Amino acid sequence: MRAFAELLDRLVLTPQRNAKIKLMTDYFRAAPDPDRGYALAAIAGTLTLNVVKPNVLRQLVLERMDEVLFRYSYDYVGDLAETISLVWDPPAGGKTAIADLSLGAVVHQLETTGRANVHGLVRNLLDQLEGSSRFAFLKLITGGLRIGVSARLVKQSLADMGDADITEIETLWHGLSPPYTTLFRWLDGKSDKPELDTPAVFHAVMLATPVGDNDLAGLDPKDFAAEWKWDGIRVQLANVGGTRRLYSRSGDDISGAFPDILEAADFEGILDGELLVGGTMRTNRATRTFSDLQQRLNRKTVTRKMLEEYPAFIRGYDLLFSGRRDIRPDSFLTRRAELAALIEKAEPSRFDLSPLVPFASWEELDRLRADPPDPVIEGIMLKRLDSPYTSGRSKGPWFKWKREPYNVDAVLMYAQRGHGKRSSYYSDFTFGVWTKDDGKDVLVPVGKAYFGFTDAELEVLDRYVRNNTIERFGPVRSIRAEPDHGFVVEVAFEGINFSSRHKSGVAMRFPRISRLRTDKLPQDADRLETLLAMIGPPEEDLAQAREPI
Amino acid sequence: MKPETLLYPTPKGLYCEKGGFYIDPVQPVERALITHGHADHARAGHTHVMATRETLDIMRIRYGDAFCISSEAAVLGARTSIGDVTASFHPAGHVLGSAQIAVEAGATRIVVSGDYKRRRDPTCLSFEPVPCDVFITEATFGLPVFHHPDDRGEIAKLLTSLRQFPERAHLVGAYALGKAQRIIALLREAGYDAPIFIHGALTNLCDYYESQGIPLGDIRPATLAPGEKQSFAGAVVIGPPSAFADKWARRFPDPVAIFASGWMLVRQRAKQRGVELPMIISDHCDWPELTETINEIKPGQVWVTHGREEALVRWCELQGISARPLHLVGYDDEGE
Repeated sequence: MRAFAELLDRLVLTPQRNAKIKLMTDYFRAAPDPDRGYALAAIAGTLTLNVVKPNVLRQLVLERMDEVLFRYSYDYVGDLAETISLVWDPPAGGKTAIADLSLGAVVHQLETTGRANVHGLVRNLLDQLEGSSRFAFLKLITGGLRIGVSARLVKQSLADMGDADITEIETLWHGLSPPYTTLFRWLDGKSDKPELDTPAVFHAVMLATPVGDNDLAGLDPKDFAAEWKWDGIRVQLANVGGTRRLYSRSGDDISGAFPDILEAADFEGILDGELLVGGTMRTNRATRTFSDLQQRLNRKTVTRKMLEEYPAFIRGYDLLFSGRRDIRPDSFLTRRAELAALIEKAEPSRFDLSPLVPFASWEELDRLRADPPDPVIEGIMLKRLDSPYTSGRSKGPWFKWKREPYNVDAVLMYAQRGHGKRSSYYSDFTFGVWTKDDGKDVLVPVGKAYFGFTDAELEVLDRYVRNNTIERFGPVRSIRAEPDHGFVVEVAFEGINFSSRHKSGVAMRFPRISRLRTDKLPQDADRLETLLAMIGPPEEDLAQAREPI
Repeated sequence: MKPETLLYPTPKGLYCEKGGFYIDPVQPVERALITHGHADHARAGHTHVMATRETLDIMRIRYGDAFCISSEAAVLGARTSIGDVTASFHPAGHVLGSAQIAVEAGATRIVVSGDYKRRRDPTCLSFEPVPCDVFITEATFGLPVFHHPDDRGEIAKLLTSLRQFPERAHLVGAYALGKAQRIIALLREAGYDAPIFIHGALTNLCDYYESQGIPLGDIRPATLAPGEKQSFAGAVVIGPPSAFADKWARRFPDPVAIFASGWMLVRQRAKQRGVELPMIISDHCDWPELTETINEIKPGQVWVTHGREEALVRWCELQGISARPLHLVGYDDEGE
């Protein structure tokens, strides 16, 4: 338990991705089975233990402790599990014989103890574990570690550990279960790759490389198909041998949040597409924006109301398995024909086919890219007609060609110190644009950005922040931003939408600081009206205005 | 006499009227008795100062020779008459030179602990319990959450990280007086004998500790000659915590941010400060040390000052010990 607890403590406080991977890889190499398998499950969110309610824990602690002292403690710490782990006072001398306190043993005890005896077991384990382990244990039984490690990151650390490709791990992942003993044996080099007998597993998706300068010059447009790049999330839908699953691009199982899609998926096969909300082209209703889709993401379950208000559908890009037949080695054209036939028969409100964009030259395609027919399009995909479906990102068969980002000039309003390498720099910025408030021009914050600038530009920004601080709130500084004194930056972003969560009423996607505009005064920065105009007309109008593609 | 008349709080600090002196006053006074050298307890500008020889030396290092008009070195355990009272100094175990001050008049004795801890510290003398009627205790970590772990385990965390990330400089934030030298001494005890690099603000105090017979091993300045490129990869660099948010820290590429403090026990505190590797090493008592000390001394009354006063007062009430908060102002109850 202790090694796992130390790993959690380090992961929570480590900001850098590579350092997190290193910490996990080292742990997986050193820890024995089945501990490391349960640790992996806990981090990746596949460990399901009987959850102990916070109230039960509170009762347990108050058996031994004055309520007032507990309240002072909880007020100070703020997190129930952490408070209890810190104030828990094992009875002197009264310890039961030292049981096996390894993570595997603790999980086993929790799994085999009946409801009626859980209190006693928890009390007993809290008595025997020391500080950090007590905290890790409480996090396990209250559900949710919240340590800032995605499932993909932990899979990357497994790949590093076994010198394997992450796509291999992703493919295996849903066919295996805790404590992942066969997986670790393979990663240790002690056995062959585990054989999967579970159907509907995830297959690593094919990725595109961005179009760079001169990439297209030597290529013949006739060898490629173009389609729109839709602004939803890339998914894989599998229906094999009676099992239906919906996976995100990185292989996370998101089936629970999309019963509407799973129910409609009555065809057998594995399909690659874009998950969107709104109406399909086949029902001639508008595709809705990414911010609407977000209402359905990162949920374990979904309410009836959500299903009605934000209906999900899949826009098909590709077909990996037709029925049980693996057609990934076939050409894009062949696969697409099969995909079209499949979607033709599928439920029209849940599935449509991503349309091809006819074009004769790269110049023509570039013009189309700059002015796409739908606001939910973020660019163009180029796919070689003869390309097989291969996992991962190799340059050549598929390209993505994004539309140019939006730009506004905004004024820096607040700055916060960065992490790790940047902990001595003010590198996280909140910026704003002008709006009228009570007849006066004021700045309203419209977004945050912490990248896009060069190291040399960061020096300039940091110096400005340090020399123009008005107020400090903990790690945040408010900085001078007046019509004729302040710092203007050009902010580039991928999209913009209405948002009720932000004071300004708008939210940007992927904002970054693309240029320092030291040549401009704050009074020359953009106004909120300019940003609102970028969002375009409300959806009802759009639905009527749209012509079938 | 009543203890409340022997020693009572004033805006300038704790005052003894019968002796005409203040203890750890926060403003300049005629006569001051000082428990230890930390800046919120030992200030410059008093006329006459009495403290242990080490505390006087530390004040001289920090403020220059003119830190007071006249000074008197207190010998630990010796009784000195001041006005109508008797004062004596006793080790507090907080930092080098730190002392509790006992004040007696007639049959009444009050002990002012100053800041103190009960654990072994290779850089200073251990706390000595002194029987008394009133024990004035600090309460910096006066909440039942605070259980400081064994120092050796915390030092081991740093040594493990040095092995795991040999390409990164390990920047340890530690207060310049006491904590920094203790970390160095503990590292040496753990067998770490590589050079340790220090921020300029630590130089004089580290030299002083060495001159007092506390060996710190190979200590080097964490400075670079102009144009020199050195990464400090895999090295331990110790500096005051404030320096790490400063431009000074930029000479270290991709550093591991470490902070050695009792506050690091609470994960959210570590996270807020951007600390990547918290080392829970404190120069104050944790909760069990505070309560065990009160149980050991068995004073008639406990007065609680700077820190989490309410929880310790509550605990005393539950034990049937008379207790009250002193509400002294001007002390840094976060400084650790």
